[in-house]
Amino acid sequence: MALPGESTLASHGPKRPARAEGRRPPAPAAYPVRTEEDLLTVRHAVRAATVAVGFGLVDQTRVVTAASELARNAYVHGGGGTVSLDYPREPSGRRGLRLTVTDEGPGIADLEAALTDGFTTGAGLGHGLGGARRLMDEFTVRTGPGEGTVVVVTRWAVR
Amino acid sequence: MRERLTRALQERDEEIADRWVELQMEQALLDTDIGEAELREEADALIEALVPGLQSGVPVDRVVTSTPGLHEAVVGLSMRRARAGATPTATSLAVLAIKEALLKAVQRDTRDAEELFASAVFMNRLLDVAGALSFETYVEGREEIIRRQSQQLMEQSTPVVRLWRQVLAVPLIGTLDTARTQVVMENLLQAIQDHEALVAIIDITGVPTVDTAVAQHLMQTVNAVRLMGADCVISGVRPSIAQTIAQLGIDLSTILTRATLADALAAAIKLMDGPGPDGDEGDGR
Repeated sequence: MALPGESTLASHGPKRPARAEGRRPPAPAAYPVRTEEDLLTVRHAVRAATVAVGFGLVDQTRVVTAASELARNAYVHGGGGTVSLDYPREPSGRRGLRLTVTDEGPGIADLEAALTDGFTTGAGLGHGLGGARRLMDEFTVRTGPGEGTVVVVTRWAVR
Repeated sequence: MRERLTRALQERDEEIADRWVELQMEQALLDTDIGEAELREEADALIEALVPGLQSGVPVDRVVTSTPGLHEAVVGLSMRRARAGATPTATSLAVLAIKEALLKAVQRDTRDAEELFASAVFMNRLLDVAGALSFETYVEGREEIIRRQSQQLMEQSTPVVRLWRQVLAVPLIGTLDTARTQVVMENLLQAIQDHEALVAIIDITGVPTVDTAVAQHLMQTVNAVRLMGADCVISGVRPSIAQTIAQLGIDLSTILTRATLADALAAAIKLMDGPGPDGDEGDGR
């Protein structure tokens, strides 16, 4: 999942002069989600990442909101977890932002139900997971009872 | 070793305190307004507390933490520094400077190198704990300040303003979590009662992210406002927020929403004009 050039920023500084259209992609990063305040940190980090990738305002809001939903799910239902960011690139050169939200919680027993709007096992509205799927371009979930949950979502920049 | 130190502390307490104060002034570590008199007071208290600590027979590295008076003296000193804005380095160095003052006092009793060395080692073990405790207290003191400030911020950042006769507005800035919602709701409901308001406008221009949790909190607030017989308008719904809310699948159709605060105010005035012929509230509402 790591990008090839993740080692140090300085090392590929001289090798890759900044091109006119694209800034250098930031290094992948991971953020813990253990407290309510961590959600704020995640939102800030994701907001900064969307700006770095070059998303427009609407896409920025979409991705930050999806990140907020998924991170809150990990915090509330998974007892805490991690949000990792990385920057995939399509062969065509299109850039994206990928979020991997992991928790070691009880897992989702019925994924289909969990994706249904209005379904919730907690006190929320039940739009988080399904909403995040609609807000992003790609969406995959790996989960099972007792196995924790990994949600990977990607949004591609419009060129 | 303990006796020598205890004796030095008892006989030369003035001298040690003087030297310690002097050292602290010399190091110019205190960019604060802690004066010499206050330093002197701290020094006297700490030195006085060291004596029973040394006589207690507790292992040397636990003297500071398990002698109540001494513990208090170190904690009190560090707390005061933290509040006065001294750096953590300056704070713990100030505490550790007492070692030099003590060693100087011991040096006047004996010139024997072995003994002086042993005294120095003993003092290090005794007082390094004080340095660590001081640092810890300092951090705690700062954290307390941060906690208090975030509380203040929470209250200040949710003002309820009167926009028009019987129209109130709450400009929300930042995120809307459970605690914040509670504060907003309390302030708003109280203000509705105080001003006999008929419409409350909640402006979310300053809320960067509206996710399902924020939406849920907004709906709760709207419901509470309605229970009080007032109506609620949500304003500041930016295009990006509108798209996101729609995609999330949150239904806000039961709530009156407007793009700007100005639109919301116009809507509020219209709402009030609606029921009565001249905009006055009827008693039967």
